[in-house]
Amino acid sequence: MTWYPLIIRSFSKRSIQKILSINGSSTVDEIHKELGKIMWDYCGMSRTAQGLSDAREKIQAVKQQFWNDVKVLGTNDELNMSLEKAGRVADFIELGALMIEDALHRNESCGGHFREEYQTEEGEALRDDEHFAYVGAWEYQGEGNQEVQNKEQLQFENVKLSQRSYK
Amino acid sequence: MDFTLKIWRQKDAQSQGQFKTYQLTGIGADNSFMEMLDELNEHLIKNNEDPVHFDHDCREGICGTCSLYINGRPHGPQKAITTCQLHMRSFKDKDTITIEPWRAQTFPVIRDLVVDRSAFDRIIQSGGYISVNTGGVPDANETPITTSKANNAMDAASCIGCGACVAVCKNASAMLFVAAKISHLAQLPQGKVEAESRAESMVAQMDKEGFGLCTNTGACSVECPKEISLTHIARLNRQYYKAKQASDYIPDKEEIHEG
Ligand code: SF4
Ligand code: FES
Repeated sequence: MTWYPLIIRSFSKRSIQKILSINGSSTVDEIHKELGKIMWDYCGMSRTAQGLSDAREKIQAVKQQFWNDVKVLGTNDELNMSLEKAGRVADFIELGALMIEDALHRNESCGGHFREEYQTEEGEALRDDEHFAYVGAWEYQGEGNQEVQNKEQLQFENVKLSQRSYK
Repeated sequence: MDFTLKIWRQKDAQSQGQFKTYQLTGIGADNSFMEMLDELNEHLIKNNEDPVHFDHDCREGICGTCSLYINGRPHGPQKAITTCQLHMRSFKDKDTITIEPWRAQTFPVIRDLVVDRSAFDRIIQSGGYISVNTGGVPDANETPITTSKANNAMDAASCIGCGACVAVCKNASAMLFVAAKISHLAQLPQGKVEAESRAESMVAQMDKEGFGLCTNTGACSVECPKEISLTHIARLNRQYYKAKQASDYIPDKEEIHEG
């Protein structure tokens, strides 16, 4: 749709102005590192429902910190690498939050994504094909609203889903 | 470790630049040079001073984005590495480190230590490619290439387009960079097709951008983080003479019209 770029442009303009006007006390790098630590600790290869729920709250706190306390100097009319970085970190916060939502809703262990609650007696990933054999695409619903998940079922006609064993 | 940093600060291409001195303390020896600059910028931002702008991307020596003249040498004091691969253990405690942008008219300063290297992009656009149809993956061994050729082409291909060769050259010549691209493609069957027009158009673009002439000094190769050899310049010259003197290549009407 042709009007999309216009909306995006005015949206970005507003966020850029907002970022430059906050003049708080946390640098972009500080916030970026906090975000990274949350993702690393709670949404890494091995995660739990409890950890992910905690991370969900923690990320909201980081988001608050960003939009209320970030410090970006300079203007938008010059090469401003802090501003570029701030825009990226703002996106990473959204993406991180979404990854946590997605990891939390998937009650199974699949591939490298290991939910500790779902494992075989031998400690291998335990998939749940009955409930989770789909690819999820999350749809943006506007600022502050929960994204909606669209599902694409994975249907196999010629091969059957099976379990890989490295033993 | 503690350092005194003398850094080139320049607001934009129009403004006059100057060195500013900063003191930085408590830097770990295993910090990379760029982590050290990150640290400096954190301090600057906290003190309401504009952070030092410098180019970086991969920070692992493969993308060619980082630059910096460090104590009078492009990519710093170590051989065969990029600035992002340099660590503070290469310096002594309490050292004074001077940091400047690439120096060459063809690479104008955008801000502080960031320079505009788009001249390199335009040289690549003028011929640093091969025209192949995309499609299925060709069968292995369908196109035989001898090991020595493959190795040599691969050596040339390791150029990351950083521009250190230009920055260090007293003539600000881009010969090593252009030679690396030409030599890489001219040695492989896929690149042969356009070898002649490539040599002509890339050299023409290089001249148009205003890079200097090569006087075979060899500083480029010494400071090149990928140790690109001068023999590639010899290959570029051969390719160029061939195209100029003994070409089978007849430009079509449109090209004559454009050129
Ligand atoms: S030849 Fe070496 S110094 Fe020159 S652009 Fe390539 S990698 Fe950088
Ligand atoms: S940042 Fe990519 S080569 Fe240095």
